[in-house]
Amino acid sequence: MSTTQYLFAGFGGQGILFAGKFTAYKGLIEEKQVSWLPSYGPEMRGGTASCSVIVSDDPVGSPIVSKPDVLIAMNLPSLDRYEDAVVPGGTIFVDSTLVERKVKRQDVTVHYIPATRLASENGISTLANMIIVGNILKTFNDFGEESVNAALKKVISAKHADMLDVNLKALKIGAEQ
Amino acid sequence: MAEKVLMKGNEAIAEAAIKAGCLHYFGYPITPQTEIAAYMAKRMPKIGGVFLQAESEIAAINMVYGVASTGHRVMTSSSSPGVSLKGEGLSYLAGSDLPALIVNVQRGGPGLGGIQPSQSDYFQATRGGGHGDYHMIVLAPASVQEMADLTVKGFELADQYRMTSMILADGTMGQMMEPVSLEFDIKPQPAKPWATTGTNMEREHNIINSLSLVPEELEQLNFARYDRYKVIEENETMYEEYKMEDAEICIAAFGIAARVSKNAINEARKKGIKVGLIRPITLWPFPKAPFEKAAKTVKQFISVELSMGQMIEDVKLATACQAPVTLCNRVGGMIPSPDMVLAAIEEAAKNGGAN
Amino acid sequence: MVVFDKPHALIDVPLHYCPGCTHGIVHRLVAEVIDELGIEGKTVGIAPVGCSVMAYNYFNCDMIEAAHGRAPAVATGVKRAEPDKVVFTYQGDGDLASIGMAETVHSAARNENITIIFINNAIYGMTGGQMAPTSLPGQVTQTSPYGRDVKLCGFPIKVCEMLSQVDGAEYLERVAVNNVKNVKNAKKAIKKAFQNQIDGKGFSLVEVISSCPTNWGLTPQNALKWIDERMIPYYPLGVYKDRSAQKEDAE
Repeated sequence: MSTTQYLFAGFGGQGILFAGKFTAYKGLIEEKQVSWLPSYGPEMRGGTASCSVIVSDDPVGSPIVSKPDVLIAMNLPSLDRYEDAVVPGGTIFVDSTLVERKVKRQDVTVHYIPATRLASENGISTLANMIIVGNILKTFNDFGEESVNAALKKVISAKHADMLDVNLKALKIGAEQ
Repeated sequence: MAEKVLMKGNEAIAEAAIKAGCLHYFGYPITPQTEIAAYMAKRMPKIGGVFLQAESEIAAINMVYGVASTGHRVMTSSSSPGVSLKGEGLSYLAGSDLPALIVNVQRGGPGLGGIQPSQSDYFQATRGGGHGDYHMIVLAPASVQEMADLTVKGFELADQYRMTSMILADGTMGQMMEPVSLEFDIKPQPAKPWATTGTNMEREHNIINSLSLVPEELEQLNFARYDRYKVIEENETMYEEYKMEDAEICIAAFGIAARVSKNAINEARKKGIKVGLIRPITLWPFPKAPFEKAAKTVKQFISVELSMGQMIEDVKLATACQAPVTLCNRVGGMIPSPDMVLAAIEEAAKNGGAN
Repeated sequence: MVVFDKPHALIDVPLHYCPGCTHGIVHRLVAEVIDELGIEGKTVGIAPVGCSVMAYNYFNCDMIEAAHGRAPAVATGVKRAEPDKVVFTYQGDGDLASIGMAETVHSAARNENITIIFINNAIYGMTGGQMAPTSLPGQVTQTSPYGRDVKLCGFPIKVCEMLSQVDGAEYLERVAVNNVKNVKNAKKAIKKAFQNQIDGKGFSLVEVISSCPTNWGLTPQNALKWIDERMIPYYPLGVYKDRSAQKEDAE
């Protein structure tokens, strides 16, 4: 009986929705109940992007995550906006390349990952999102290679099959942090 | 069991429609339902179907009217402002007794309003939307699976009763992804001897028409249509009850509001408050029976809506005001939070002693 | 020997049109063409809102009554669903050139393979003689009692000329039915508009300059004269577009 509510947030183009989709698909493959809800509208084009993902052993009620167990903040406005919403005892993952300040909350666990820097150093500059996801998987002891691979195959269309390896690479880089 | 895929509600509607044998789609771009058109644009040419982006919502609904006249399954989709434009066509479809499926992925209004989720087209949908006495079968999905299932059901009911079915969803249902199975038990389509596909010189000509200038005749047509509506009210009402067995407080909510309410009910139950949910799945016909029954024991009803209080009128009618009915709502694209609904439940428990 | 017979495609019932109205002539021409082409069994007609609103009671083929101005959209639906059928609309000037202008232009732009019979009598007949989009400058109607003032309500719309600028349109011709010679030409044009559809050529529209003695306030004879004297000078008869012929010429 467990439910994890994720809120992925950043700016358009960072792959926020993709990271959420991967997380939801991984849950589905592991036979959990899942939902994925994006923010939509003009803000998708360069402004703030966010998506709610719920992975649960029970049927998902509201798909809107207003009190995340896990916040992924990939830029400063996202941390500013959602830091206080995280449940006490929750976890925040911060892209520390782009977010210079520290998390103020004392009642949450924080992981600072220089995801954007790591991505560009490794020649996968568009995959900071998946580096963070890799770190989430490691943190929660959830890096099941089989379901990770299966989920990647679901979210990456056959047309872009060449992207499978680099995404896996990004996840592994994240897991090593 | 069929394999489940993660799919947006809008896309699930489109794929379910195709599976139901709908090979004709006409639409006009509007947020937050454009994925339906995009999906159809991609798929229809590959399966010998028709996707056409119409010059207007008005043209789109009249293209639907044309295809419906030929007896083929046909649909259009839009969001609130676009559905207002379709109102004329909805009335003509009703007046001509034509089957079709209309999808409204609602957004906040009135006017141009916003693009975030809303349920404020409840009156428009359940009371007809266009001019004249008529109804549509209005289906309110609360999950991506229901977006798909009710689309199939909508086509079947439309054909069976020769009328329009409407999927009344909202931006959340359209945009969210959930696991969905897209395998359906599709019933064979009924014969449509009334369709205008040419006489082949073998029968009298068929006429699809809503004009009737003799009042006595037009009256009879209306009577006959409402006799049919009565059969639908008796046979096709759908709803879900959640934790109603011992409920002293009853929430009425559909779509996303029902999802949010379930969270609040679970929290309230932890606090010992006996609260349940009646979720209408058909908004027309409105499920009066479960409300009538609940009114005998429930101390207070709470209508949770993304509108200024529209369904609440049907709840009051169904419960004959035997218990107070209060409103818990957000509008303009805002969604009530589980905390807000929980507060309304606790307030009711305090007032009514429903502990 | 039969010297005169009713076309099969026209049902043998009295028409509701006013004495001297030329709708009856155009109905007959359409029906004769349907007979001659042997297409009645596979033809679907769309009636408009306006004087010809009850055309569905007159044509023997399957018929659909459309909302005001929407006949080309309805025809689009029928034709897309049943591409082997012959689909025509029969519309007046208010229906086609005012409230239904968008449907008209866009069905032309898409080169919908349909036939449109467009009755231009420069007036709203059914509602009792109001100004139409095709009413002439200075024309007195119920809603232009001092004559159509172009400064106040703009100029008439010349549908054939306008649509000739739309790339999608296949065939546009303006005819009249005020004398025997014109009636014969009108039939030829209507037949071509149906034949084009059968041949898969696309959007074909025949504009028929017609009379409305009742609302023009003229005797039937004078109404026919008014067509010659006032209508045709403003709306010259002729072919405005014939894409296939242009192609053949080019070759």
